Amino acid sequence: MMDWRQERTAREARLERARRCADGKVVPAARVVDLLEAILQPGDRVCLEGDNQKQADCLARGLSACDPARVHDLHMVQSGIVLPEHLDIFEQGIAKRLDYSYSGPQGGRIARMLYGGQIELGAVHTYLELFARYFIDLTPNVALIAGVSADRDGNLYTGPNTEDTPTVVEATAFKNGVVVAQVNAIVDRVPRVDIPGDRVDFVVEADKPFYVEPLFTRDPGAVTETQILMAMMAIKGIYAEYGIRRLNHGIGFGTAAIELLLPTYAERLGLKGRIATHWALNPHPSLIPAIESGWVKQIHCFGSEVGMDKYIRARPDVFFTGSDGSLRSNRAFCQTAGLYACDLFIGSTLQIDLQGHSSTVTTNRVAGFGGAPNMGSDPHGRRHPSDTWMKAGQEAGGTGDPALRRGRKLVVQLVETFGDKLVPAFVERLDALELAKKLDLELAPVMVYADDVTHIVTEEGIANLLLCRTLDEREQAIRGVAGYTDVGRGRDHAEVERLRARGIIRRPEDLGIEPLDADRSLLAARSIKDLVHWSGGLYEPPAKFRNW
Amino acid sequence: MDWKPVALSASPLAQSWYEASARARLAGLLDTDTFEEFIGPEQRMMSPHLPLFALPRAFDDGMIVGRGRLDGRDVLAAAQEGRFMGGAFGEIHGAKLVGLLRAALAVKPAAVLILFDTGGVRLQEANAGETAIAEIMRAITQVRAAGIPVIGLIGGRAGCYGGGGLIAGTCVRLVISEGGRLSVSGPEVIETNKGAEEFDSRDRALVWRTMGGKHRRLLGAADAFADDTIGAFRAAASAAIPAAPAFDLETLEAEQARLAARIARFGDARDATEIWSRLGVNDPDAVPGLTTEGFDALLDSLPEGSHDAR
Amino acid sequence: METLRFRHATTRPLPGTRPSAITGVVASGNLEVLLERNLPPDACHVEIDTAINGYAEVWAAVVADFVARRQPGGLTITINDGGARPDTVSLRLAQGARLMELP
Repeated sequence: MMDWRQERTAREARLERARRCADGKVVPAARVVDLLEAILQPGDRVCLEGDNQKQADCLARGLSACDPARVHDLHMVQSGIVLPEHLDIFEQGIAKRLDYSYSGPQGGRIARMLYGGQIELGAVHTYLELFARYFIDLTPNVALIAGVSADRDGNLYTGPNTEDTPTVVEATAFKNGVVVAQVNAIVDRVPRVDIPGDRVDFVVEADKPFYVEPLFTRDPGAVTETQILMAMMAIKGIYAEYGIRRLNHGIGFGTAAIELLLPTYAERLGLKGRIATHWALNPHPSLIPAIESGWVKQIHCFGSEVGMDKYIRARPDVFFTGSDGSLRSNRAFCQTAGLYACDLFIGSTLQIDLQGHSSTVTTNRVAGFGGAPNMGSDPHGRRHPSDTWMKAGQEAGGTGDPALRRGRKLVVQLVETFGDKLVPAFVERLDALELAKKLDLELAPVMVYADDVTHIVTEEGIANLLLCRTLDEREQAIRGVAGYTDVGRGRDHAEVERLRARGIIRRPEDLGIEPLDADRSLLAARSIKDLVHWSGGLYEPPAKFRNW
Repeated sequence: MDWKPVALSASPLAQSWYEASARARLAGLLDTDTFEEFIGPEQRMMSPHLPLFALPRAFDDGMIVGRGRLDGRDVLAAAQEGRFMGGAFGEIHGAKLVGLLRAALAVKPAAVLILFDTGGVRLQEANAGETAIAEIMRAITQVRAAGIPVIGLIGGRAGCYGGGGLIAGTCVRLVISEGGRLSVSGPEVIETNKGAEEFDSRDRALVWRTMGGKHRRLLGAADAFADDTIGAFRAAASAAIPAAPAFDLETLEAEQARLAARIARFGDARDATEIWSRLGVNDPDAVPGLTTEGFDALLDSLPEGSHDAR
Repeated sequence: METLRFRHATTRPLPGTRPSAITGVVASGNLEVLLERNLPPDACHVEIDTAINGYAEVWAAVVADFVARRQPGGLTITINDGGARPDTVSLRLAQGARLMELP
């Protein structure tokens, strides 16, 4: 007789062991280690919620305090490797195998540990990929998640940073897993139910509020004239040209400059309502002036941003908010939206090679991917047309019946030819290849593949790669905007001029851009304080961005 | 010669003073096209000292001096470029201001305007810089004694520190904006000498609360608070000219009495917010977040009124 | 410190009558450019004082591209450089040329 309920039985046993630590579902912070040691079994697949922004830090500290004799060889499946504890557990032997997406702040340490063999790496994913695998072959046995508050029945309020939580809980709770949530407070009634209580087994009242990093705040005071010049080129040469309404911006000062030029430069070009109306975007403070000037119809968010809560509450026509008034973000849905419903992704990178492959990897850091490869790729499953998508598809060429040709998503790399310390952004060979060799990875960590990139914008001009018909043209188009880097200086000048005549390369003067306009006075806000004023005092920047 | 700043936004008066170059500030502050520069960049009167330290020079040594009009009145004006060497005083830089002040005795303008933007004295030419500070202070007293008001405007990136802070103390009127900072020792200097417990220079809110424009205005160290636009500084500078008191024994004694009363009243305060509270501000913590209109309203509501003398 | 001098022939004078202009400021990563209209219309001289040694080749390329694109005949251009990146140099030169063309 086949036993079809082994997982269910195992779950009951875990809950039974854990009940002695809990009063109903509620567990005091002091008993976290006991709770985790009762629930976890060696070899479990565990999601320790580490999102792009929000961190289940109390549970992370608890896990790293577990006895490795009892809890060991865990297989961690989480999107973010952000806190030191996320890697400590591998050193302690508590965890052994890792599948993840993003490791920004821990990129250097994770590279050393991979190299030293302390981590058995499954793969580095994009967010959507990892989320997808939660439902196929990486389903967690235990999820350790974070929220703002919960009631005694386990109904959970995640607050504006919902992020990955619904996806993680969906995969765990409905497949016989155990869900433990840390919350800042146990309340009689939660402001809204983001996760229904029957999906949450235990609630831990954390010793301090969970940690959130302000990742998407760019101080307008640091935007340079070169970035303003590039932003003007992107607006005039791409946004206006293709009529881009639905879009996603990466983080970086270049995209912040675009956001800050919408109410000034783009307004002067008469583009209001014709571009940048519908967004998949975190609530960037630098978008406040555009929102306040009536540019933005709506924004769906991956997560929230520190200091933006009150502002978002006051603008429910623009943001997705709950019945309680606060933002509801959702990374999985927003990534899907960015992939299928946006016509443009624009972001920055650290290295681009002669074909157009780009990577943020340096030889000593494995920063992971996050969401950029999803946003920055052409979704072959897309079937709905838009003028932007169709125009890009036509530019890409092709043969046969036009009705059988698909459109193209615009994937734009916005890069200054030299980065910090005069490090060139254009290279003959990506450092990612070196890293892949060193760590014996099957795939080099490429952020955006060459065949997905449609345009490269630098301070020297725009290269439209859609219009290139041969690999050689493509290489010269890239060299032709690579400035005074070795790659740029290695250009064939005559060929670059021919590409310029065909509109494949366009210089600021070809676009009618006045160099004297590349001035900070063109920014709608020149400081964080300006953003506060634009928001009518609703934006509350974190202390490190204040000088008042 | 016609030295125009880079054309910025449509209206130069709407530009940020904090962001603008020294040349743009002068061009917008004075009546349109009236500024006439002395010893302009084409004369290449540059520092003789910086090349010894393998440091780049500036054509105007970071000090722009000349004459122009403000609301039709003839004025002399000097502006420091805070981004070059932190606006610090060197030999040429200082000499240009000394020369301008001495010229004031001869041409008798309606006022001399000093657009401060300085961290103090340039380390590489410290002796010349320190001498210049002393000469400038002496020249200012002579100019004021001749009945010509010397007005300081503070709102640049570098603030007004070191010897610049001392010079500001000799001006008859000071206009400051929120971004402007006025002090002698800078935040890092205080931290280095007294420790981070005494003054954490990385706590930006603390720095501005202690040295920034709002505090200086509330304390009476500055006489006028201006919005961070060239237009607002222009209006405040113009209003300050007729308001300047005479430079006589009576004014100096009143100033001495004012400063003595100030130290007696606030000397034991541990934080600027304590001072504001004693001044009658109901919600001191809200002061840094106030807009210019809100802050002006607060100033009007306080019992003190203005802090005359100097 | 390094001083670099370049002499170029141009096919035409830079439009405008303005005798001189200055743009930029000497600061870290920035530079000031002084433009003076005092040469024959088919000549352009550029002199650079730079804080960073060893980039003569890049300077030569940046200046040559600027001269080829703008044909700034008649100008003496003098630069005090605080270690600006090539993109900043190109932008300042373009801005300086525009200032000289303004009425």
